[in-house]
Amino acid sequence: MSAALFYALAGTGLFSIGLHALLVHRHLLRKILAINVMGGGVFLVLAAMATRNDAALPDPVPHAMIITGIVVAVAATALALVLMLKLTTEAGHAVLPDGKDDNA
Amino acid sequence: MISGMLDIVLALALMGLAWGALASADLFKAIVLFIAFGLVMALVWVRLNAPDIALAEAAIGAGLTGALLLAAYAKLHAASPDTDVDNASRVRGIPFILISVLTLLLTAALGYAVWTLPSDGAGLGNDVAANLDRSGVSNPVTAVLLNFRGYDTLLEVMVLLLALLGAWSLGLSSPRREAAPGLVLDTLSRLLVPLLILVAAYLLWVGAHALGGAFQAGAVLAAAGVLMLLAGWRLPAALAALPLRLVLVAGPATFLLLAVITLLLEGRLLQFYPQWAGRLILFIETTATISIGATLIALFLGAPPNREDRQ
Amino acid sequence: MTPSDYLSAALLLAGGLFFLAGTVGLLRFPDIYSRLHALTKADNVGLGLTVAGLAVQAESWAVAGKLLLIWALVLLAGASVSYLIAHGALQRGMRPWKR
Repeated sequence: MSAALFYALAGTGLFSIGLHALLVHRHLLRKILAINVMGGGVFLVLAAMATRNDAALPDPVPHAMIITGIVVAVAATALALVLMLKLTTEAGHAVLPDGKDDNA
Repeated sequence: MISGMLDIVLALALMGLAWGALASADLFKAIVLFIAFGLVMALVWVRLNAPDIALAEAAIGAGLTGALLLAAYAKLHAASPDTDVDNASRVRGIPFILISVLTLLLTAALGYAVWTLPSDGAGLGNDVAANLDRSGVSNPVTAVLLNFRGYDTLLEVMVLLLALLGAWSLGLSSPRREAAPGLVLDTLSRLLVPLLILVAAYLLWVGAHALGGAFQAGAVLAAAGVLMLLAGWRLPAALAALPLRLVLVAGPATFLLLAVITLLLEGRLLQFYPQWAGRLILFIETTATISIGATLIALFLGAPPNREDRQ
Repeated sequence: MTPSDYLSAALLLAGGLFFLAGTVGLLRFPDIYSRLHALTKADNVGLGLTVAGLAVQAESWAVAGKLLLIWALVLLAGASVSYLIAHGALQRGMRPWKR
């Protein structure tokens, strides 16, 4: 098993860990962390696939896409954090409403 | 053999840190483990022969995201001190088992899909290498980012600006200014900020032919800005209205303007003449670096600078 | 392996030992102040030995200079941040551990 394939499998593992945490936790900050971990997993799979042609000179197009992805992820995380803080000031705690306990 | 073991250790550490960050009961510990996760990812990028990504991940993914998360955690703690409700608010019972089973199935399917991918694919590396001398720079990643796939980068800087607009429109107030930062923080910021600006300029310049580029340089500028903000500096009120907005918009606007000009001149979006490409790329990168740095600093602050917390 | 390779390996191993000691201290020490104390050993001496080991293998004086600059910056950041953490902890009332 080449190193690239190994890292690609690790990337899918990260994606699954992140997805599980995203669905299981209800606190919004944990959901944001989970989405970032999922993004990291996806980038890892992309970069592992980029070394397929020649490990010494990897394909630069996936690299550029990953750099773009990292910057977009930080922008989305920043916006998500501000949304979470706004929800906290409105609702009192950073957990999405359950739907069952409607107290309107 | 040794390098194989290193890869195994790094991948296991990566997954262990991710698991620890997401399963930890204490939210602060989760954030710290996430920052460590980002740094180990930077090592993994180096192992995958992607040092540009390693720079970007260390600066943006681990550093800036970590700073954003810690700032948000601090505000969360101040707003609602019962952050320890987070461990109780986990899905339990039958839905938990269902989610776990489905995630395991998805993992197996994805792992199988990745395993059965063909082990050698030409990709676009040869095409990039063949056209590199017409792109105006000699770093292939910069060439792809700013010339061959310049459209993606244009949209990316727009996305950054859009995130800032979204954050500003939510009406939160920025954290209260640190009135007495203390001698150590003050001296540290005075020593480091000029050095950080120098390193950012170096990364911007050298990105044309070696590792570096606009995003890494913008992230280093953002680090300088965050350090100044933590040491109690705030933008003077006279500069906080129009000049700040001009700086924020400079990068996306130049890029968009060049896109429109190339569309009108040559009929294709962002198609540069080879003899002009190098200079145009440097020009776009310079304005983009300043804008990216300013946008990331503003995102850290969370609110426009003249809307400070009154209490 | 040339003599400089042996020297480099020895320095890197010594740096690794200091990092190990610092990590054990971080995990086992009873309060925040002693943990900071353990961390500075890893940061200053451990990183210094690692940088020295790498500088032996550097291709030019410029690269060795950049490595030393990295070490100097980590020293500066580590010392300042240790002070800030300890000051913050003291302000929040965390007393140093007494036997």
